[in-house]
Amino acid sequence: MMSERNLTLVVWLTLMVFAVVANMIGEAYWVTLATRAAIFALAGVGLNLALGNGGMISFGHAAYFGIGGYVVGILATHAQNYMPIYDGWVLIAGTQQMLITWPLAIIIGGLAALLVGSLCLRTDGAYFIMITLAFGQMFYYFAISWSAYGGEDGMSIYVRGGFPGLNTLAPLPFFLLSFALLTLGLLVVRTLNKSPFGLALNAVRFSPARVETVGISSKRLKLIAFVISGMITALAGALFADLNRYVSPAMFSWTISGEIMIFVILGGVARLIGPVLGAIVFVALEETLGGLSEFWHIYLGILLLVIVLFAKGGIAGVLIKKKGATNV
Amino acid sequence: MTSLLIEQILNGLQLGVMLFLMAAGLTLVFGVMGLINLAHGSLFMVGAFAAAFVANQTGSYLLALIASACAAALAGVLVELVVIRRLYQRDHLDQVLATFALILIFSEGTRMVFGSFPLYLNIPEILSGPISLPFGIEYSLFRLVLIAIGLIIAFGLYLLITRTRIGIQIQAGESDREMISALGVNISFLYTLVFAMGAGLAGLAGALVGTLQSVEVGMGEPVLITAFVVIVVGGIGSIQGALVGAILIGLVQTLGAYLLPIWSTALFGSQDVGSILSSMIIYILMALVLLIRPKGLMGGAT
Repeated sequence: MMSERNLTLVVWLTLMVFAVVANMIGEAYWVTLATRAAIFALAGVGLNLALGNGGMISFGHAAYFGIGGYVVGILATHAQNYMPIYDGWVLIAGTQQMLITWPLAIIIGGLAALLVGSLCLRTDGAYFIMITLAFGQMFYYFAISWSAYGGEDGMSIYVRGGFPGLNTLAPLPFFLLSFALLTLGLLVVRTLNKSPFGLALNAVRFSPARVETVGISSKRLKLIAFVISGMITALAGALFADLNRYVSPAMFSWTISGEIMIFVILGGVARLIGPVLGAIVFVALEETLGGLSEFWHIYLGILLLVIVLFAKGGIAGVLIKKKGATNV
Repeated sequence: MTSLLIEQILNGLQLGVMLFLMAAGLTLVFGVMGLINLAHGSLFMVGAFAAAFVANQTGSYLLALIASACAAALAGVLVELVVIRRLYQRDHLDQVLATFALILIFSEGTRMVFGSFPLYLNIPEILSGPISLPFGIEYSLFRLVLIAIGLIIAFGLYLLITRTRIGIQIQAGESDREMISALGVNISFLYTLVFAMGAGLAGLAGALVGTLQSVEVGMGEPVLITAFVVIVVGGIGSIQGALVGAILIGLVQTLGAYLLPIWSTALFGSQDVGSILSSMIIYILMALVLLIRPKGLMGGAT
């Protein structure tokens, strides 16, 4: 039992110390696992803003994850074969510079979230879930039929993207980059939560009518949260592409949407650190159970069922003493 | 050209009625119990595997079809009693998560029993081969039978809901849950029944679609998601909406996949744009419906 603030710090530190120590004792694979957890966590931090704070049950966040990945994949493909993306009155060439690929992934992910969000927010409740799921599937089929960029096969990235002054090919520097972005994502969400915007957003979840009464458009608040949420998840997708040096339509599949949701739920909805905790536990389960049985998803399913039916607050809910608090 | 087009329209109808079998159960369960059930695709898969298993053991396609509906209905009852029942009072998030967990359990469970390789169901001898229709069209007899089965079931459901005691209770359950239980209707039995019925229809659809394609783990979810599109387009909770939406989506999907690449080749000299558009067309249709009638074509006024 501890306070939420302490739990947040402990989880955050544990992930970093784990990776650094693993690197010191020469376990490069463990560093990669920690990187995977950090990237999944970032995707979850994105979804948590929409799901936990905004109360929008998006079952289509794989779309933004995939878009982030495809932005990196497409830019890398053009950089690899020296064919410009566009050579009309301006020349747009491919690149593997992370300082360019990340912002682009965020922008394009945000635009997609704006499009999907403004359509989905015309409805709510069960409709919202079905529609986000359906639009997610649309992006999946789009990626499959986009034969110019690999179609069903996806694209290989021969060399991981670069970052000025760092050797991103080594496991630890790439972990530290992912971890830094995760930290940044957490800080953004924390700042948002404490801002008037975040307070109003939380209020919308409980009573949209009251928020409307004081002259705030609840739909606009939700749309902004949804777009930021998509942007964060797209950044995670961009990192995931560079981690695996491979992108494929599988990044868009509905199971990814489900898994990102699992990170959030396993850890604890609307808790700042929830998705990080959830992603760490998910990667740990994947590693241990996945090693024991190729059917490990059945145990994941049972665990998820138990959490939903009997332990609503997720792991953070069990660990944190005070109940009822929804933000840091 | 015309005969090809008519053939595609028939294919679209066939896809439409199969989507209806899925969407009908989803929309009934949502309408009566207010439950969003992601595991409906798993029941579709259970039906397909049960049919493949029985057909393999007995060689009878009719028995296989009966087994598909029964096995899925049975799985439905089991799941309703153990898990789903606890979810009626919960919010949609819990329902989505718990039924997503059920998908994982069903999929991996099936993989453990049947392995990862697809199974095949053969079209029975009497129904295989083409049949000659007017205007010199040769069309698969089996697909024609599917259309007939789908329409008969749609009509049967309509009669069941409007003309029988159970149907009236279902309608009453949709509009006022507390009142109907106060009137002495056993509401939890009604819920289980509705769920089993939807599951049975999904299982039957799984066997029929599995005969055309293959029977494998994960076959249910793409159909489930398309059925969601059907429900959003048709209007949630209404059987008529599900039928209209299903036929519309079936036709648009099939004709889009046929016509768009042809048009694209004529316009741009390559079918790329057309194939990309055709893969997205039902979602674009859904977006249009959301813009014009957010509650769906047959849904209540907004």
